[in-house]
Amino acid sequence: MTVVVVEAAGARSRAGLWRWARNPSAVVGGTLVGLVVLTALVSLVWTPYPPLAVDPSHTLARPSWAHLFGTDEYGRDVLSRVMAGSRISLYAGVVSVLVATAVGVPAGLLAAERGGIPAQVVLRLSDILYAFPALLAAITLSAALGASTTTAMLAIGIAFIPVFVRVTRSNALVVLGSDYVLAARAYGRRPLAILRRHVLPNIATTVIAQMSLLFSLAILAEAGLDYLGLGTTPPTASWGNMIETGQTYLSQDPLLSVWPGIAIFVAVLGFTLLGEGIAELRNARLGRSA
Amino acid sequence: MISYLARRVAIVLVSLFGASVVVFAVLGILPGSPAQVILGTQATPQAVRQLSAQLGTNKPLWVQYLHWAHGLLLGQLGRSYVSQQPIGPQIARALTVTGPLVLFALVIGALVALPLGLGAALYNGKVSGTFLGALSQVGIAVPTFVGGILLIIVFAVALPVFPSSGFPGWSQPGQALRSLVLPAITLGLVEGAILSRYVRASVLDQLHSDYLRTARSKGLSRAQALWHHGMRNAMVPLVTVLGLELAALIVGAIIVENVFSLPGVGQLLLNAVDNRDLLVVQDIVILVAAVVLVINLLVDLSYHLLDPRVRDEGQR
Amino acid sequence: MTLLSVRDLTVSAPGGLALVDGVSLDIEKGERVGLIGESGSGKSLTALAVMGLLGEELKATGHVFFGNEDLFAASERRRCQLRGDAISMIFQEPMMALNPTMRVGKQVGETLRIHRGLGRRAAARAAVDLLGRVELPDPQRCAMMYPHELSGGQRQRVMMAIAISCDPDVVLADEPTTALDVTVQRRVLELLDRLVAEEHCALLLITHDLAVVSEMCDRVVTMYGGRVVEVGPAARMLTSPAHPYTEALLETSLAVSVDAPSDGVLPAIAGSVPAAGAFPTGCPFRDRCPRRTEACEVTPPLAGDGTHAVACWWPIAQPVAGTSTR
Repeated sequence: MTVVVVEAAGARSRAGLWRWARNPSAVVGGTLVGLVVLTALVSLVWTPYPPLAVDPSHTLARPSWAHLFGTDEYGRDVLSRVMAGSRISLYAGVVSVLVATAVGVPAGLLAAERGGIPAQVVLRLSDILYAFPALLAAITLSAALGASTTTAMLAIGIAFIPVFVRVTRSNALVVLGSDYVLAARAYGRRPLAILRRHVLPNIATTVIAQMSLLFSLAILAEAGLDYLGLGTTPPTASWGNMIETGQTYLSQDPLLSVWPGIAIFVAVLGFTLLGEGIAELRNARLGRSA
Repeated sequence: MISYLARRVAIVLVSLFGASVVVFAVLGILPGSPAQVILGTQATPQAVRQLSAQLGTNKPLWVQYLHWAHGLLLGQLGRSYVSQQPIGPQIARALTVTGPLVLFALVIGALVALPLGLGAALYNGKVSGTFLGALSQVGIAVPTFVGGILLIIVFAVALPVFPSSGFPGWSQPGQALRSLVLPAITLGLVEGAILSRYVRASVLDQLHSDYLRTARSKGLSRAQALWHHGMRNAMVPLVTVLGLELAALIVGAIIVENVFSLPGVGQLLLNAVDNRDLLVVQDIVILVAAVVLVINLLVDLSYHLLDPRVRDEGQR
Repeated sequence: MTLLSVRDLTVSAPGGLALVDGVSLDIEKGERVGLIGESGSGKSLTALAVMGLLGEELKATGHVFFGNEDLFAASERRRCQLRGDAISMIFQEPMMALNPTMRVGKQVGETLRIHRGLGRRAAARAAVDLLGRVELPDPQRCAMMYPHELSGGQRQRVMMAIAISCDPDVVLADEPTTALDVTVQRRVLELLDRLVAEEHCALLLITHDLAVVSEMCDRVVTMYGGRVVEVGPAARMLTSPAHPYTEALLETSLAVSVDAPSDGVLPAIAGSVPAAGAFPTGCPFRDRCPRRTEACEVTPPLAGDGTHAVACWWPIAQPVAGTSTR
């Protein structure tokens, strides 16, 4: 009996892996995300040159074997700076998405479970936040607190809260309206227990897919803020501020802005595809067409 | 319908009030008074006090808020702390750049999104459909400022067809339009790529609907059925997206104006942030928020014109 | 004369799983054929394949002859000409099947505009007439309404008006009353009965309500597991069925009181319909059949005289080996 159960579980996880392997969005997205994460990890212990090391004799050098991506206006190695920049982007993505999830999901659950006035309050507050697109929120906040990576992450996180409130609430409402929740209520289960046992597991995949999509938007927004000079400020290497300085030297070395641009592209594409892949796999499991 | 409209407008007003409080509060927590910022650290405390009284920034915050809000309602945006110029005309002048840019980009975005999304949906599951889908995916992942810089590299540096930055003013309409071309394409391409995803999803929904099958059972071809039965239904979600896009374009314009050094609202806002010209920041942020809220309202109302089911719910 | 002839129709899902497996059936001119079986037996897919409206992911092989013309070999253009004109279909869910954003009159008149070339005005007038023929109260007003403003029964009447608008030779009705309230099912069916009689058109009525079949149909086809398991005259099959599955369906419909919801669950049959692909090899019904023997592990052919055929090794008219010797 036990053997059968174990075998069944093994077969199921193998089938799950197989489904993953056959979903092109998940595969490509996962690979690109893996590449970015790996780069960030490697950059912690090794980069070809120190990202801040200035070399006045080799400024604005074209790509060569010594400097694969060339050097910038201070002679710093661009490849090393792109690698180091991945840390800022991932860090910003993680913090802002966590801020948004940590506030948005409980608020959405509250609005779904309580209804009435609490729901109205949550939804109105979320509407107010919704009027501030991420970039606008970030500009406001950095006007108040000054430009820094932290300001940028915080602002982006806050601006994403309404997305999680909406996604969580609408999905939770579906689960809460189902027969098995009704049955659980009839058996006298407490609301918190119902949320934990029935609602959370059911909305988890959707929330995770959303997190991945917003992760890509957070990377975009943070890079945008850095580009505008409202986020991570030089000399710390970030993809956004590298593009900004690169633009100044566009006629001398157009590639200077292109390398970090490619890096952003890879990271954003990776997280978008991964999110879509997760959503597609979820829909396939529920028997819906994508 | 009237009561529904009234309720929606009331919600927008409440949200706008909330948004104004948030903006004011966030900018109000700034250390150092505006007078101090204007006069610099060398100023005597007496001079700072005097200027504070003149600006009204020595009053309690709630009084300052009421003063600001009152002015907004009357259409008086106040004077810049830094330049002492009235803010309203500055924003109006900037809008003559940002407005055309956004509209131009909206048209380009729609021209990109509709064929791309429609194609991706109609050829779904085939190689061409996957290719079109991938194309829009790629477009989404290119940040506006990177796209803009790439366009500058190609069309301003390598082939000097369009100016890479600056705006000559509308006194030279030809030159002015020319300098808006690259920024509008940048903005429109990126937003069009995002929009095309929604067009695709929306058309796919229609293609799989039962009533489209009914239409086909009447003898309409696939294209006819989609055109006569699918389009109006596909429009409903698309209007939402178009509204969101417009909001995204307005925000995107802030970045694109910076890439191409266009003297629009975005640049005005960023200069104000740099100069700590708080009243200008406050005014622009609340105006953009108001525009976003109004766009959302219009999107909601457009449902009622497009979908008879929602229309009836609203009447109840 | 055979009007519609389905030969060896197989509908397969991506991956090759056969959802409809070698189905053959004929409909004579003006004949009414009942197609019965539980949900998941392939009835609707058969009808959709005849219409040529299967989803792109499903693949149909075999032949569907309309008169002498093989529809599967015909151009898409030709098929569009026939659809809604010579062959029309009534769908199960009128709420989903009608366009929510188009006025009812326009949806009814559309068929006439395509096939008869009527102008906007003429089509609108004809639509009002048709809505009157399907007994909608105040057809003038109904024509200006949207589907959600009508009741379920009224919507299905609209669907019928669309189906008969071009005097079709055959109407495929896919469980036309399943989605309706029990109280209106009867009247909608009576209307269908009358319309088909007036139009002299053939009818393929898909249902699992045998009482309806016995009243309305000349012949009955039983499907199970994507295959035809029995076909014969209605009078004979519904009094002395040969296939154990037809018998079970019959017992169920007798056991279920008239006003019980017909949701496709058949308490008289052991077990339930397996998921597609989970049917046993050999006779698809053997897991649930009280008369099964080892012989049933081989697929039984559909065999019989010219009018009544059954795919069963142990049809009910004959004693089952092993039980009779006792």
